[in-house]
Formats: sequence, structure tokens, C-alpha cells
Amino acid sequence: MSPTATPTPTHADSAAYKLGRTYPDVPLEEKQRLFDEIKADERFHDYLYGCYECGICVAACPSARYYDFSPRRIAQAAAREDVELVYQQMQEDIWDCSQCFSCLRCPRGNNPGGIITVMREVAVNNGLESAKQALRGYTRIIYKIMSTGTQVSPDMLQADAFPDWGPSVAKVSQKLDLWRRALPPETHHTTTTGWEISTRTLVELYLIWHKTGALNMISELDPSLHSLLEEVMEDLLDEEGYELD
Amino acid sequence: MTIPVEKVSGPRRKNKAEFEWTPEHIPEDFHERLFELEEKGELVVQRVDTEHIEVPVKYGRSKKVPIGHTWHHKSCGQCGHIPGYSTSIFWVNRKLGIEYEDPRDQTSCTAWNYYASATSNAAAQAAVAVRNFAAAYETGRFPIIHCGTSFGHYKEVRHELLAHDQLREQVRRVMDALGKPLVLPEEMVHYSEWFYAMRHEIAKHQVRDFSNIAVTVHPACHYYKLVEGDAIYDPEVYGGQRTAIVSEVAQALGAEVRDYSTWFDCCGFGFRHILVTRDFTRSFATQRKIKRMKEEADPDVTLTHDTGCVTTLDKSQFAAKAQDPSFATIPVMSEAQFAALAMGAHPYLVCQLHWHAADYRPLLEKMGIDHEKAWAEFEEATARLERGEQQYLTWEDADV
Ligand code: SF4
Ligand code: SF4
Repeated sequence: MSPTATPTPTHADSAAYKLGRTYPDVPLEEKQRLFDEIKADERFHDYLYGCYECGICVAACPSARYYDFSPRRIAQAAAREDVELVYQQMQEDIWDCSQCFSCLRCPRGNNPGGIITVMREVAVNNGLESAKQALRGYTRIIYKIMSTGTQVSPDMLQADAFPDWGPSVAKVSQKLDLWRRALPPETHHTTTTGWEISTRTLVELYLIWHKTGALNMISELDPSLHSLLEEVMEDLLDEEGYELD
Repeated sequence: MTIPVEKVSGPRRKNKAEFEWTPEHIPEDFHERLFELEEKGELVVQRVDTEHIEVPVKYGRSKKVPIGHTWHHKSCGQCGHIPGYSTSIFWVNRKLGIEYEDPRDQTSCTAWNYYASATSNAAAQAAVAVRNFAAAYETGRFPIIHCGTSFGHYKEVRHELLAHDQLREQVRRVMDALGKPLVLPEEMVHYSEWFYAMRHEIAKHQVRDFSNIAVTVHPACHYYKLVEGDAIYDPEVYGGQRTAIVSEVAQALGAEVRDYSTWFDCCGFGFRHILVTRDFTRSFATQRKIKRMKEEADPDVTLTHDTGCVTTLDKSQFAAKAQDPSFATIPVMSEAQFAALAMGAHPYLVCQLHWHAADYRPLLEKMGIDHEKAWAEFEEATARLERGEQQYLTWEDADV
């Protein structure tokens, strides 16, 4: 290359490549395909306008304080289209983010937290190992949200799940039914959902999961959860006289 | 009520007395696009067409907050784990004689599957939001959103629906299948904005003196960092340099708002973190928030206005104290519960403080509330349920 030629970023320019190629078993084409999927998302272009490398996002970021994690690196790798580094981040970094969006302080107008949301979706859609690991122990929440339409339910307050929250959790769980009945709002007497949701509402929610492909997103990630949810939804839709196309 | 801008000027920094946006730096007002699409017949805009209060938001703009005729979009975390939160919101409405609807035709925003697990997509999230908006629209009542994350997420959804034709088309097809219109409200309204708007009315009904109560405020990230243009910024509060939400309600109730250096930090909730990597959440909440507040402001209580923040800041303190007995805890609650207490609400039958973890009893004592007597009243009421005399407690039972 002549010294005056404009350098075109190549695979060998990748920061991750220079530091020693990570995930050598994954072909570059596959990494590129995943990056293209991220880039094709309509939100991506709202979330990235280049990067000054100023680090303001890092100073605001809670996860950067406690993990080896940096929203600046996320924005830079995406801006440079460094597919090696983006792949590495999808496997190692994205699940550290707290999704607080403090990084929206970015003077360039970037949204590193938003880029991470998109990267996570691509990781889930493609069943990446990091997504499987990160979401281990999270299955019940996904099930709750998709099947009941509320995610945080009173019966989640179990002392063995939250030993570090102290004795108040055990007290609540022992008295759960009674204390729920003591709540004045009529919608609040439930123990398995946040509030009482009508059947018609649930039917509409299930139709949304089906029609937007959201249900299929977890088929790679957790096939048994996927079929369980599919069954629950089809049963109710059937009962209510809906046929899925 | 004013909080002077000097309060945010540390020893080495001086803020301008007033902060004004120059016209070229003000982003476009989303209403323009919203009304343009409404005119084209692409969507329905639900207007704030009942009695309302205009409140100041960022960029010197204002926003309409409806007083009554509201449709309460509840929060699963509030209803599920901090039920005194939603109960207090409703109780204050009732006390002020304002009618509202607490719907069953409502799902949560389902944003846990977005911010925590990424097991949803933009179209699904937008359809869930619009379905809820359409449900509110069908009742003729205006949605008021209890959860900070739902509020933030719906603002993002609105932005995406207005910006992306393809997404709008996809969501419209889903709504067609549900037999519902594609509705967006004229304003996205968070319940804490209603409390801000109603603060003087609430103060008129105050029966407990809070002039000896010092508070710190944790503004919720998803309230003002996500799509910041909708958040309340009041020139009277920190010169409009910081959101006035919660602080202004506490001030109106006569409490002293004390500042601390890590006010901008998040609470440490992290969505998946609070469930599966709670060491991060605990460390952040106690070291960056509670400890700093205690050292720098020594408040009697910390107030916030979102589900995750109340949960995180409250529940994380137990382990910190267990590990270090000298760790000084701070009670945590929403400003809705704080306002309800000011208006004479029962600490257990209404505010449901027994669901909270950090010791709130010294605070109640400072407020002049006999918590032992109040607990005996709660136990007496629940004993009636146990004896089968009543199946549920009612609003009448809550006002002892
Ligand atoms: S959204 Fe993620 S990257 Fe951004 S500040 Fe929060 S934790 Fe950091
Ligand atoms: S704040 Fe913005 S411009 Fe600065 S390093 Fe972060 S992403 Fe880049």
C-alpha cells in the first residue's frame, strides 16, 4: 500500500485480530453475517453516529465500574465495523450491560446501550452460546412474561431465591395469600400475576407473540421452553376460537 | 418552591444561573410528526381533552398532564412486589376525589423481555404498547403509566413508530388482526408527573408535618435518560439543569431535599442482574448510592419513582448490613407512598410498608406515626380475613 492511499479497514486491521484472533473456529463469514444482521436493524442507525472516543459514556456507565466492560468499545467496534471485535463482544460483553441508558450522555448522540440491545437480539436469534449462558436461570421470567403478560409476580418472592434480601422475603411468602387479600385494589388479589388480567387481553397478547415472530425468537435458544409456550398459547387460542395461520 | 441552582454547584464547578437551549440545539418536537401521521390517517392520536395541568419539560416545552379520567397502566413489579406503591397512587386519587380506572384489559409493557433477555423484537414490543394504548382509548380514558421502564420504553416505541414506516406497517397489520386501531397518546404521562402536577393540591390535604424530614431523591434512569424530551425540567428546581421530578413533590410537602454527588448514577437494577448476577446490583446500590447518600446527605428516607429503583435500593441493604454491621441503612419508598403518608394514609393498610426491607420504623416515628398501633390495626384487619368474616379488605377498611 502506498503511504498516501486511504487505508481501508480490513479483517487484519481488527483490534481483536491484532490482539490475537479470538473464536478462530467461527469463520469470518459467519461473524460478518451476524454483524450484517445487527446493521440491518432499523434502530441501529438511530443509535450510532460515529465515536469521538471521549469516554463520557464510560464515566456514566455502572457496568464499567464493576466489570471489564466499556460502552465506548461497543460504539467504536460498531462504528469501525470491526466484525471480529463485535463478535467477541457478543460472546463476552453484551450481557454485562445494565440497560440503564446513562450512556445516552454521549455528545455524539450515540446510544451504546441501544446498540447492545440490538446485539443481544441477534445473539438470541442465532442461539449464541453467550445468550444461552446469560439466560440460564432466566427461563421462568420469559415464561411468565410471555404466558401471563406480567413478569414480576408475587409468588416469585421466595426466601430461597432471594436469601440476600433478608427476612422480609420469607415473611411475605409465608403470608402471601393473606397479604394479597388485604390489598384494597380489587385487581391486586392475585398471587401468580401482578394483577388480574382478562382472558381477552391474554388472547390478544398471544396473537402478538405469534404474529411478530417473538415466540420463534427463543426456538434456537431454548427449544423446550419454546414448545411449552407454544402449547400454552395454542390451548387458549383454541379455546377462544382463534385459528393461527 | 425553589431549589436554587447553586445547590448543584460543587466547590470546583459553577453552573450557569439559568440554562437555556439555543434554537439550533433543540431537537424536533415529536408532536409534529405525530399529528402529521394523524392527518394522513395513518394513526389515531388520543388527545388530552379533559381537565389537565401543563408542566414544564426539557427544551423549554410543556406537556399536558390529565387530572382525572385516567386509565392506570400498572407496573408488574409494583403490583407484585411493592403493592403499597400502586395502592398509594390509587389512594391519593381517591382522597382527592378523582375518579380513575384500574383496568384488567392491560398487560405489562413486557420490556423485561427487551432490556433483560432480548427475547422480543421491535415489532412485538410496539404491538404490546399499542394494544395497551388502544385498550385505554376504547374506554375514553387517558393512559397514565406507573412504571418508569414502561414509560421510557413506550417513548422509545413511539419514536420508532414515528420514524420507521415499515415498522408502523407491520404493527398496523397486527392491530388489524386484533380489530384495534393504531393509537398513540398525545402525551406519554408517567404517574410521577401527575404527582408533580398535583403537588399543591396534595399539600392542601396534608395532615402530617414533614418539616423535620430530610430526603434524598433518586431520579429513575428510564424516566429521564431515555427520550429525555418528555421529562419534567422545572426552571425553579436546580435551574432546570436536573429533572425536577420527585424533588418538587417532596419540597411541596415541606420536606428538605438534600443533594448527593452520585444522583445521576443508576440504582444498579440492571434487569437480568437483579435476578441472576445480584452481586453487581447489591454492590452498586449500596456502595454508589446508599452509602454516598448517607455520608453526604444523611437523609431520613430516600424517594424514587420507579419500580426497579425502589426494589433495588431497598432490598440490597440487608446483605450490606449483614456483612458490615456499621453499614447505615436508609428507608426507601416511592414519592407516592410518601405523599400518601403526608395525607394521613395508614402505613400498612395503604402504604404496605411491611413489604419493604430497610427499617422504616424510625422514619415513621419521626413522622409522628405510632407504628406499633398501626401494625396492630393491620393484624386485626387481616385476622378478619383469616376468620372468614371478609374475603378481601376494601378501600373503606384501609381508612381506619
Ligand atoms: S446502558 Fe449499558 S452501556 Fe449504557 S451506561 Fe447503562 S450499563 Fe453502561
Ligand atoms: S460518549 Fe459517545 S462519542 Fe464518547 S466514547 Fe462514548 S460513544 Fe464514543
